[in-house]
Amino acid sequence: MIAMDPTLAGLLAGIASRRIRTVDLTNTLSPDFPVIVLPSEFGQCEPFRMETVSRYDGNGPAWYWNNISMNEHTGTHFDAPAHWITGRDVPNGTVDEVNPDDFIHPAVVIDISREAAADEDFVLTRAFLEDWEARNGAIPPRHWILLRSDWSKRVGTVSYLNLREDGAHSPGPDVTAMRFLVHDRDCVGLGVETVGTDAGQAAHFDEPLPAHSILHGNGRFGLQCLTNLDRLPTFGAVVMAMPLKIKGGSGSPLRVIALVA
Amino acid sequence: MNREKRDPLARRKERHVPPGARSRAMHAMSARAAMGRFVLQGCVDCGEVTYPPRDACPRCWGELQWTDRDRGARVLSETIIRVSTDLYFRGQLPWRMGKVELDAGPVALAHLHAGLKVGERAEMRLMLDRGGNAALFALPAGREPDMGDRQWREFVVPVKDRTILVSDARSAIGRAVVHALHAAGAGHIVAGLAPPARVADQSDGVSGLTRVQPVPLDLTDPVMVAECMSKIAGPLDIVINTARLVRGGGVSADGNLVEQRRMLDIAVLGFMRLAQASAPLLQGRPSGAFVDLLSAQALAGDSDCAGYAAGEAARHSLLQSFRHEMRAVGVRVLSVFTGPSDDEDHQSAPPPKVAPLRLARAIIEALEAGREVSCVGDVAVDAMDRWLADPALYMREKNL
Repeated sequence: MIAMDPTLAGLLAGIASRRIRTVDLTNTLSPDFPVIVLPSEFGQCEPFRMETVSRYDGNGPAWYWNNISMNEHTGTHFDAPAHWITGRDVPNGTVDEVNPDDFIHPAVVIDISREAAADEDFVLTRAFLEDWEARNGAIPPRHWILLRSDWSKRVGTVSYLNLREDGAHSPGPDVTAMRFLVHDRDCVGLGVETVGTDAGQAAHFDEPLPAHSILHGNGRFGLQCLTNLDRLPTFGAVVMAMPLKIKGGSGSPLRVIALVA
Repeated sequence: MNREKRDPLARRKERHVPPGARSRAMHAMSARAAMGRFVLQGCVDCGEVTYPPRDACPRCWGELQWTDRDRGARVLSETIIRVSTDLYFRGQLPWRMGKVELDAGPVALAHLHAGLKVGERAEMRLMLDRGGNAALFALPAGREPDMGDRQWREFVVPVKDRTILVSDARSAIGRAVVHALHAAGAGHIVAGLAPPARVADQSDGVSGLTRVQPVPLDLTDPVMVAECMSKIAGPLDIVINTARLVRGGGVSADGNLVEQRRMLDIAVLGFMRLAQASAPLLQGRPSGAFVDLLSAQALAGDSDCAGYAAGEAARHSLLQSFRHEMRAVGVRVLSVFTGPSDDEDHQSAPPPKVAPLRLARAIIEALEAGREVSCVGDVAVDAMDRWLADPALYMREKNL
């Protein structure tokens, strides 16, 4: 028997002994999971759809399978740099070309659940992040920034999309926070529980949609519709997020897990 | 909510339809009766008006032509049928019929409305029986038919106290249909609301009505269609398909294929999902019916909204097949054609436009008149007239 590298063997042993736990950060991909709603002048995102091809019946007596369809940005999903116009010239900017090294990165969890509960339009600013760092320690480089808003607990209710007469209302970062995270803290990307990395009303911000614009323009990624962020430590979790290898794809539904020691 | 009192241990009532075999001439009469017309054949040579339908004039062997006739008649005699070998009529006995002398000439055997007596004046209707074939029904002249009449109810679809699903209750038309059904005394209205829902939907006008049950329903999702059926409290009597996505665009020009695909998915496959899920529920009911709202653009291609017209045409075709399937189990399938409606989907269409509430009332009227094919508003009436008169010319004119 060929001996396994001790680093990998240690990881496997840790998972087997439950010293390293896996936390599923993925919402179930189902037809009723909400997708982002854009103003009516724009093309719309298709929700997940599933049609049974056979289920141990005349169309396939011994097998069960479905045809599925969806948008690249349906359910828990990954945004590649090419998703945004600012990232259109970023090298390897589509999901099929993202460097596999980027599928595994550590994460820092920033808890804004109290602020989001008090204000559904809560805006994350640089000042908030600097204050957060003063209390928790500096955000290390090359980390996923996971915004724990507890928004995932609203899944299944109208308050998840939270559509009002003037559009969606959900928390998100402003341009100062995004510049800080990308340029000063060199984040891998931003992961959120809401349907978009940007706030519900971010189209009306001074610099509109700053998360998409700044993340992707600088070759960073987005993760949306995450859940279970409340089960992660502030520092130390490792996120594994592997988008499907869609040729020229702008994003992809995916399974996201975190390893927590 | 209406609650039927049924013996919990009773065996399911099997429903039958009247005998279906008819001559080709009789089918021509049924096709006209389906549109609410009262027609009889007349000889182009000698002018003789004849009934029942024939292939040639019984007096001179001349050619017969269908013509709309005066509906007036006088009841000559009556008889009560107490015994029948036919399974359908055995379930309906006793059944009252009579001879009527039509003002148009012939003497005919007709079903009689309750209370209509020998010697009285009658107004004739050419109705479709449960098997889809034309039958003469004599109503008391100058009076509205009584929806409580047992024999009349076999030819129409009462709305009062019934459980009715409206597939899209969010659109202006859908909301108007829900309100009109409510006003007409529907027992329980299941209002399909496609996600995503606004926060305000929880307290809006449709779900705020009593006897209205809002249910998430998007016809592009088979799971949601199935779950909608499972959420309906009690038996389902009538389905009204108001779901539509209206978008413009030609074939080679301005065609946003993502939009066109969704439009066709709702119009064509969405209809099939709804029909497949609801048909088994409807066929156990005493007056099951499925109503579909069609654009008159179903009749011919339309270069301004080619994909939409194609979807409507496809559903028009599917409805004919569905009607055939449902005739065997006594469920009526109604097509209600309309022109542009006065709503956000037709902002750029020039008047005349049909008000959503008028359309809603016309749907109820079509059900309670048992009419398979209706045209609501000047645009749809004109389109159908021109299409019936000269389909090739109509298709050309619509795409000049």
